[in-house]
Amino acid sequence: MKLHEIAHARTGDKGDISNISVIAYRPEDWPLIEREVTAERVVAHVGHVDACEVTRYALPQLQALNFVLKGNLRGGVTRSLALDGHGKCIGSVVLEMEIAGQSRGEE
Amino acid sequence: MSIVRIGAGAGFQGDRIAPAVELAERGELDFLVFECLAERTIALAQQARLADPTAGYDPLLDRRMRAVLPACARNGTRIVTNMGAANPRTAAERTCAIARELGLSLRVAAVTGDDVLDRIQNYILDETGAPASALGQRLVSANAYVGVSGIVDALDAGADVVICGRASDPALFLAPLVHRFGWAMDDWVRLGRGTLVGHLLECAAQVTGGYFADPGVKDVPDLARIGFPLAEVSEGGNATITKLPGTGGMVTRATCTEQLLYEIHDPARYLQPDVIADFSGVSLEEIGPDRVAVSGASGMAATGQLKVSVGYRDGWRGEGQISYAGVNCVERGRLGLALLRERLADCAAVISEDRADLIGLDSILPQRRAGTWEPPEVRLRYAARCADEATAQRVGEEVESLYLCGPAGGGGVTRSVREILAIASTLMPAAEVAVRAEALKEATAYLR
Repeated sequence: MKLHEIAHARTGDKGDISNISVIAYRPEDWPLIEREVTAERVVAHVGHVDACEVTRYALPQLQALNFVLKGNLRGGVTRSLALDGHGKCIGSVVLEMEIAGQSRGEE
Repeated sequence: MSIVRIGAGAGFQGDRIAPAVELAERGELDFLVFECLAERTIALAQQARLADPTAGYDPLLDRRMRAVLPACARNGTRIVTNMGAANPRTAAERTCAIARELGLSLRVAAVTGDDVLDRIQNYILDETGAPASALGQRLVSANAYVGVSGIVDALDAGADVVICGRASDPALFLAPLVHRFGWAMDDWVRLGRGTLVGHLLECAAQVTGGYFADPGVKDVPDLARIGFPLAEVSEGGNATITKLPGTGGMVTRATCTEQLLYEIHDPARYLQPDVIADFSGVSLEEIGPDRVAVSGASGMAATGQLKVSVGYRDGWRGEGQISYAGVNCVERGRLGLALLRERLADCAAVISEDRADLIGLDSILPQRRAGTWEPPEVRLRYAARCADEATAQRVGEEVESLYLCGPAGGGGVTRSVREILAIASTLMPAAEVAVRAEALKEATAYLR
């Protein structure tokens, strides 16, 4: 199952820092998301492995995770040569992550 | 119990104007806030002001003001905006002139003091680890993210329109709440709650279904006519986020959760000029169609330091693109990129960094393996950071030359050159930044 089936995401930036939220559609899927979508997996999935430092914040009452990736944007939108200098597209890529398990919302 | 109705009229400089007009006309708003200043915008505005002392404010100010001032004047809705950018005083004068043309009697104030270019020299920049003075002639601007004080002073003095430059985005919304409810500036819980209201509204449509739709999974009704948000805020600082009936989009727990976490980093410590807001205990509850009740934000004393954005010239970016399609298009694109690097090798001394993408394959996350999938077409994109404009120009020319001197079947070249205006950050003690509200004369009314 792809994370996309059970969660949605939004990406923003400040300077050279990406801020990616991952939010459960259904409260029943929160434990699975909290267990599977670790900081290590997110950075391995999308980060610049050489330059990136990642912190995960959890908000259980909103069934949401917030990932902060420092050094992920090649200097940030004002300097970066990247087409998507903000890194706005990254959150959708996080949702491609394979999740081991089944959505409880569909049982 | 008194309720303040506050709306968002823009979430970025180029935002749509029609939804703001709808809010002005039938939102029954006390305040309408326009957030139009991104990280780099003020440095660009400072450059514009250096070239022309009467420029440097938001280029869309005229259009926005003409569109909303009549309805705001009619309905008693007061405006707060950072459209002053690098020149709030001239922006306020311009707004007065527009009001006069429209036959309106409005009191307009400018808030200044965020420009700290004259005292930035010795501050160490986070990104470079060196003092700002090391940038020499490349230094363009330095603006502090100020808090609510100047805006509150202007509103207290009776301004109908308050125009500032760099302020923290949530402060544009927090200030009217502090003014109207008389919140103390050490009432951290209320300041934290007001900051949450500001944060949820500051990107306008991003809380009403914009930046959200994912067809078949997260559908948004009538996205084409998306409405901008408003908040109904109580004296205690809790609020309901909603939008006008008859507009497109939606306000749900999901749209509010995405915006709540947008660009805040640590939810328990959202650093602001006037408060450290704590969103970690926030609850969101759907209490009706397109109505979400927001509660549980808190706050603690501010750090006493203001973030300062320092703009500096950082060379030139040359870029070019060309498309390849059909069988073997990826390999032809890769050959094109290899040719560009070989042909530009003689510029290595002035090209400090480059980027070679095949759009459709690896332009967003080049570090991920593209796999074996063969797309029906790719677009080669090559960009380089150059020390001078002439080399940046040459980059685009070399891409264009791939037409005749490159792989088979290249088409649709575009190229561009632009000066890179980069932003670095530092912190400055709040006491070093003197924010002032300046009243302006208007045809029929005077402030103070």
